[in-house]
Amino acid sequence: MSTLTREPTTVADGVGTSAPRPDGILKVSGEFAYSSDLWADEMLWGATVRSPHPSAEVRAIDITGALAVPGVYAVLTADDVPGAKRYGLEVVDQPVLAVDEVRYEGEPVALVAADHPETARRAAARIKVEYAVRAPVTDPEEALSRGDLVRHVPVHRFASAGGDALTADVVVTGTYEVGMQDQAFLGPESGLAVPAEDGGVDLFVATQWLHVDQKQVAACLGLPPELVRLRLAGVGGAFGAREDLSMQVHASLLALHTGKPVKMVYGREESFFGHVHRHPARLEYEHGADRSGKLVYVKARIVLDGGAYTSSTPAVVANAATLGVGPYDVPTVVVDAYGVYTNNPPCGAMRGFGAVQACFAYESQMDKLAAAIGVDPVEVRRRNAMTTGSVMPTGQIVSGPAPVDELLALVRDRPLPPAATGDPRERPGGVANTTRGEAVVRGVGYAIGIKNVCFSEGFDDFSTARVRLSVLGGEPAVLVHTAAAEVGQGLVTVQAQIARTELGVSRVTVATADTSVGSAGSSSASRQTYMTGGAVRAACQAVRATVLARVGRTDALSLVDGKVVASDGSVVASLVDLLGEGDVEEIVEWRHKPTRPLDPETGQGDAHVQYAFAAHRAVVDVDTELGLVRVVEIATAQDVGKAVNPQAVVGQIQGGTAQGLGLAVMEEIQVVDGVIRNPSFTDYLIPTILDMPPMEVDVLERGDPDAPYGLRGVGEPPTISSTPAVVAAIRAATGLALTRVPVRPDHIALAP
Amino acid sequence: MRVTCVVNGETRQADDVWPGESLLYVLRERLGLPGAKNACEQGECGSCTVYLDGLPVCSCLVAAGQADGRTITTVEGLATGSGEEQLDRVQRAFLATGAVQCGFCTPGLIVAVHDLLARDPAPTDPDIREALAGNLCRCTGYEKIMEAVRLAATS
Ligand code: FES
Ligand code: FES
Repeated sequence: MSTLTREPTTVADGVGTSAPRPDGILKVSGEFAYSSDLWADEMLWGATVRSPHPSAEVRAIDITGALAVPGVYAVLTADDVPGAKRYGLEVVDQPVLAVDEVRYEGEPVALVAADHPETARRAAARIKVEYAVRAPVTDPEEALSRGDLVRHVPVHRFASAGGDALTADVVVTGTYEVGMQDQAFLGPESGLAVPAEDGGVDLFVATQWLHVDQKQVAACLGLPPELVRLRLAGVGGAFGAREDLSMQVHASLLALHTGKPVKMVYGREESFFGHVHRHPARLEYEHGADRSGKLVYVKARIVLDGGAYTSSTPAVVANAATLGVGPYDVPTVVVDAYGVYTNNPPCGAMRGFGAVQACFAYESQMDKLAAAIGVDPVEVRRRNAMTTGSVMPTGQIVSGPAPVDELLALVRDRPLPPAATGDPRERPGGVANTTRGEAVVRGVGYAIGIKNVCFSEGFDDFSTARVRLSVLGGEPAVLVHTAAAEVGQGLVTVQAQIARTELGVSRVTVATADTSVGSAGSSSASRQTYMTGGAVRAACQAVRATVLARVGRTDALSLVDGKVVASDGSVVASLVDLLGEGDVEEIVEWRHKPTRPLDPETGQGDAHVQYAFAAHRAVVDVDTELGLVRVVEIATAQDVGKAVNPQAVVGQIQGGTAQGLGLAVMEEIQVVDGVIRNPSFTDYLIPTILDMPPMEVDVLERGDPDAPYGLRGVGEPPTISSTPAVVAAIRAATGLALTRVPVRPDHIALAP
Repeated sequence: MRVTCVVNGETRQADDVWPGESLLYVLRERLGLPGAKNACEQGECGSCTVYLDGLPVCSCLVAAGQADGRTITTVEGLATGSGEEQLDRVQRAFLATGAVQCGFCTPGLIVAVHDLLARDPAPTDPDIREALAGNLCRCTGYEKIMEAVRLAATS
């Protein structure tokens, strides 16, 4: 049998190196084509009419005013949708265009195509929609009592058969709230739909999962999937917000209707209505422990507001429930998580996906427990830290490395940052404020979180890779082709690294992702390096086996620098010669180990593939009079199994940490009576470079034997624990309870 | 209306410009220069930053007519050629440090850093943060952007 005998990292720009991004030069020179940069001859612009009401009957739509505008080519409503009128990721319930009613503010009602974006917008404004406004349901508890339930996931596990009374020497309780966070990717929803001669459409779009888009778009257009061809355009960030459809069906409808290419680009305000958000949550927790702080039980009730349509709420609820006690050994667990429908903006995927909300609550509780028993916050966590072999609340055994204790020790043992220098720019609020920092107090806080990697609960989760080895210009060259979405995380880099390592060929091209190859699954759940990385590796291994078979020897051979090498190091053949018989191409569909559904009554089952862990220490300065917070430093430690690209791994950790900091102290979509009050970057604040502190990162590599190269999904864990760490630091500085994120200045300055 | 300006060293002309169009729109949609980005079109993110007569501006906030007769440099105009060697030192530093993820903030940041280093060849960290406070990035958390600026300043 032929095997790769070398250390993988010895190949230039292979696995384990910080290989450069193949799209890097294009990106720094302004040449990279994002989905909003596309252009075609005779192109029209699409615009969307959206509901101003969170709940209303649609009585009539008068489009005559819009049709009369010169330059308008089409005005479409639900009647013009030729196929399915609704779409959805898990449940088909979201109308392409409103059918008889609207259920959230911003729901699409009609479409316009015109020769200039402003013409399209003005025509859209002349469409008269007659609404009969209804009172919106905006309180998730009210929705729950009305029975507007998306999903209830119970996770109930008892230390002894027959159930335990929930009693313990030390009991701490708390109720926590998480506001609605926006992914706020910078590249707006956009794309270009081009009608094709065969009656189909070619759609160039920024998305996270081409094939799930294809399936939904084709159904709504009433076309077979092969006539709806998607190609990934440049993606300006995703973070979950591109998992659901936005303009895909709309642009395609307009293109098919007008026979012309149609481009749609949302403005920033429209973007706030154009995608799902992170679920706001209310979480009631009760932790019972013995006097040493060892947990005896955790009881929790979690309510997540899913908004108007289902989106991925069922899976978010399952995550909140199954990961709801954190990375701790807890003998008895009674967690009930609920997702409900309201007339608030629809919520779905965002980095961290249900684990974020739970972590804020359980980590706040761990701090309370530490205070109750009089030990420090890191110590109480370490006393309960799960390890390999621990049992999750679902009964699943944690089979891979779980270095929870070690991660906590790493962030605790880092030197603390120096005291502020007195430079006014280092004060909370910066130079714009009126104090001299008289009331500034420093605080330090800790948190750790857990996240599942890949899709769970028995989902048939796979990725497909096509790998072709050929000779180009006298040299061996590899083409890697998948449908996996590069969204900024560096997946294209990683695919090329894997091909170099597996095939010993330095010249690797990663083709643009499209639907002409099989599905890769979504760029979400921290799964792509694991899944598409796994598929590319498997396809490369198949290619290697085929090409080595041409040598006609039975001993162990490897591929090094374009040559076939025997185990004694002697060169047996050159790849170029072997490929003289023809190119070698293999397509492989690759799966992770199977998971199981959760028992609907008890929430027991091996539902998850892999667990990932990150810990944070935050240091903050708080101006206790003004209520302003400056995060001074954040230290992170994360186990990544194997850092396939160390530079990209650190970039993910820092970027994820920043989004968690945003949720801690800045970011919330303000929804009042179902209406978004701050749909702009003027009023929805994401961290700027002034808000972000230096971030120290420790990367652990405890290989997971089940995963390709031992790797562990990286993208989400850093977003999860940075929020509670920052809030813990503010609590340490102020002594306030702070049960809601984001923490606002008035929560501090006006606290009773 | 007609807008004539010098863009990246070449005289360019756009016809039938609607007066409400921004310089950003004219660059992206009429002159085939989509390098400057459109993350907010509200003056809040800096992704559309270009030089206008040598000063960095948010081109989404400049009316097309205001650009008439003026000189503009976009991110596409900073490199001297298409190879890695011909990139500006700021562009090279962004690549070397991993300051580019999705890259949507990158063109605006590169122009802003180019301007900062022209004004202040050795900025301190607080100077860098102050100078780049108007450029949002959602992917990196800014640490590698700080590294990129420090590297560019010394290269
Ligand atoms: S696009 Fe101009 S500042 Fe955001
Ligand atoms: S790299 Fe994505 S916004 Fe900066």
